[in-house]
Amino acid sequence: MGASLEIQLIAVTAAVACALVGVFLVLRRMALMADAISHTVLLGIVLSFFVVQDLHSPWLLLGAALMGVATVGLVEALQRSGLVAEDAAIALVFPALFSLAVLLIGLYARNVHLDADVVLMGELALAPFERVLVFGLDLPQSLVVLAGVLLLNLLCIGLFYKELKLSTFDPVLAATLGIAPALLHYGLMALVAVTAVGAFDSVGAVLVVALIVTPPAAAHLLTDDLQRMLLLSAGIGAGSALSGYWLARWLDTNIAGSMALMAGVWFCVIWAAAPERGLVALLRRRARQRWQVAERVLALHLRSAEEEGSTNLVDRLPERLRWEPKFAHQVLRRAEANGLVQHQAGGLVLTERGRQQADYSSSRITGSS
Amino acid sequence: MASNETRPAALTVSDLTVMYGEKPVLWDVDLQMPAGVLMAVVGPNGAGKTTLIKAILGLVPTVAGQIRIDGRPYAEQRQRVGYVPQRGSVDWDFPTRVLDVVMMGCYGRLGWLRRPGKSEQAAALRALEQVGMADYAHRQIGRLSGGQQQRVFLARALMQEADIYLMDEPFQGVDAPTERAIVGLFRELRTRGKCVLVVHHDLQTVPEYFDWVTLLNVRSFACGPVAENFNESILRQTFGGHTAWIGDESLPGRVPTTVTVPAVG
Amino acid sequence: MVDGWLDYTLRTVALGAALLGGMSGALGAFVFLRRQSMAGDAIAHATLPGVVLAFLLTGQREPYLLLGGAALAGGAGVLLWIAITRWSRVKQDSALGIVLSTFLGGGVLLLNLVQNRPGAYQAGLNHFLFGQAATLLSRDVVLLAAGALGVSVLLLLFWKEFQLLSFDRAFGASLGWPMQRLDIGFTLLVVAAIVLGLQSVGVVLMSALLVAPAAAARQWVDGLGAMVLLAAVLGAVAGVSGTLLSALWTGLATGPLIVLCASTLVLFSLLLAPRRGLVWRQLDRLAAQARLR
Repeated sequence: MGASLEIQLIAVTAAVACALVGVFLVLRRMALMADAISHTVLLGIVLSFFVVQDLHSPWLLLGAALMGVATVGLVEALQRSGLVAEDAAIALVFPALFSLAVLLIGLYARNVHLDADVVLMGELALAPFERVLVFGLDLPQSLVVLAGVLLLNLLCIGLFYKELKLSTFDPVLAATLGIAPALLHYGLMALVAVTAVGAFDSVGAVLVVALIVTPPAAAHLLTDDLQRMLLLSAGIGAGSALSGYWLARWLDTNIAGSMALMAGVWFCVIWAAAPERGLVALLRRRARQRWQVAERVLALHLRSAEEEGSTNLVDRLPERLRWEPKFAHQVLRRAEANGLVQHQAGGLVLTERGRQQADYSSSRITGSS
Repeated sequence: MASNETRPAALTVSDLTVMYGEKPVLWDVDLQMPAGVLMAVVGPNGAGKTTLIKAILGLVPTVAGQIRIDGRPYAEQRQRVGYVPQRGSVDWDFPTRVLDVVMMGCYGRLGWLRRPGKSEQAAALRALEQVGMADYAHRQIGRLSGGQQQRVFLARALMQEADIYLMDEPFQGVDAPTERAIVGLFRELRTRGKCVLVVHHDLQTVPEYFDWVTLLNVRSFACGPVAENFNESILRQTFGGHTAWIGDESLPGRVPTTVTVPAVG
Repeated sequence: MVDGWLDYTLRTVALGAALLGGMSGALGAFVFLRRQSMAGDAIAHATLPGVVLAFLLTGQREPYLLLGGAALAGGAGVLLWIAITRWSRVKQDSALGIVLSTFLGGGVLLLNLVQNRPGAYQAGLNHFLFGQAATLLSRDVVLLAAGALGVSVLLLLFWKEFQLLSFDRAFGASLGWPMQRLDIGFTLLVVAAIVLGLQSVGVVLMSALLVAPAAAARQWVDGLGAMVLLAAVLGAVAGVSGTLLSALWTGLATGPLIVLCASTLVLFSLLLAPRRGLVWRQLDRLAAQARLR
């Protein structure tokens, strides 16, 4: 396996692992917790390094994951005290823990290769140099770690899919059904922490945020179905990883940064073009609705004028409906083209179809009449 | 009861239509309210009552319709309208004192760059007195009961020195003394020729507290004096026939006390 | 210690940190009350591509130019954030995460490009992330003083508008105030303050300097004016004490120390502030239980 292929494999594995847990985080409106966790894992690593004195020990991963869960617990305890709001609780906890980590490195670990720079940004290009033997296969260490993380995520989501789904959409119902939302919640947070730790070694902590938040948000613009959202999110994550890799190679620059940028670019593309929830679709729907509503309002007014016995309201329409005269004329033209109104003896009257539509829409407005 | 139809309307809403996407929230609503009238707006949940107030105030975009005050466009007459939002719409842990909140009522009059002075402070104290809250002027708003918070909002609206007051559920979750104080305040406003439009939930108290009523369920089903417009058949129409009638059958003019209606959609 | 006080450089840095702490404390009070605490973090991250682009395009290291680039990128980030939340179903928190990580990713990409060039901008990422308070010059302090003055004047001029914006936006709109424009104006003011703070405390910690003094101040006082003043004072205290600690324990970064000082103030306030403090509350509860028995 060449280094280029290995790097791409690592990137895709990291992206998919992040995108899967990210779906639940985004749906629970806890996206910023990913930001917090990805910063505080540094403190976990530093503290466990003090204990084991080995930068390559797997205990570091455990310490980091525990710190991730502790971060969430701390944020929630602060929030529950009622003294500060949730957003402030996050913004208070993670800079404090992160600063502590940076200072501890400065104080006691300056000679060790533990650089905040690398922790935040990662160096994916160097990943293939650290290798391990697994079942006789010579593989990059981070690929093995990330594959393990991905498997763990797949396993947890697969096993607890329906519990996660229910507690995400309706935590109260989940609790009454005997599913412990708190347990699931902290389980999910532990998963996020493990994923962040597994990924930050190669792609960097801050870019973990990009892979956790952006692909699921983009996927949510495409579907309402949780299963499909998980698949799409994984796909968008992988796409961001690959396109980011090639962009970085082309420009000869940092791969992780390029992946985060591409995730944002893909989000913007999907946001613009998504068939139902995209920006273009939204604007077109709004324009269409504007005319449809205006035509309906026109028909309804003519109908009520008819019932009151007056024949022609057209002259007073702009004033009554607070429409610009130009807009009113356009509406009239459209309504005429659609066969809702017609000219008759100098005045404007409803056609039979227009009358029917007016009656139909007035009956639909409230179910009662 | 004030039911003089010849008086000119202070507030006229005509053909008001508000859409939320493709769903009509208010459709072709007409409403007239003369000066010196207390009007309740009642209707089931999702009937668009809050939206009606917000549309009158220009806080939500309208598809069609017109708001006039004494026959003139709303935008020119904004200063004459006072607003009491729902109590739950703000953060009551906000670090501010009762007097500061009441003082906000004059911010519209003051305009850019001017600050409230002594005379505004005196007016704010008077407004607090009117709602029986003068003793609480310097208290932090978080340490008030629900009823007291509501009275602070009322005092803030009084501070606006408006002619027309729009109130969104002022009776929601308040204690009995506050309810009495609010009703007393309404009557005082009426004698001073002001008019008050109130989104109201308790059908039973409508005849007692209000002169006029608007029955709203996306469309307006009736608008006029309570005596002529608040009866079983119009209520049935408005609430969609799902009205549960609870109460003493022998009472004349019985009205539903609890109403269960599916959301309009 | 006495030598430290007489040291001209240290005085400059401490004054700069005090001004920065005071300015961000006062503005942060509104940020905190408007529940936009994490927006500061995202805006700060979003400035990186602006800094690097300004350098790439002009080839100069003129600080004002880089700050201008940072402000433009931060402003663009804010507008993108507002646009995503308004015109899509993506929620505020996710939108912040997207803006933060995309802009930062773009910034890292550009920075790497620059660093690969011979004789280029080597100050690097570390500087951007954690700031370098020790390098503050008197002209930076002048800039910070101008910023602090500007923020104070604007807060005084638009006091009642910002008060309405933070407490009851709908009521403000019903009075005819242009709340949307006030909102954007205020947020751009925050962008400006963050950009001014980048050089001394850096991106990761700037958000803490906005939020922590405000969160601490809120526990002690009940009025908006008092809270803004106290937050400014606490911010300045955190700035100065962080700087002094850094100077005494040479080698430790100033930015993280300032944040830890601010966090200590928060912890102290959360526990001990009269009436709201957790310790007092617990004592009240115990007293109530004793009375019941």
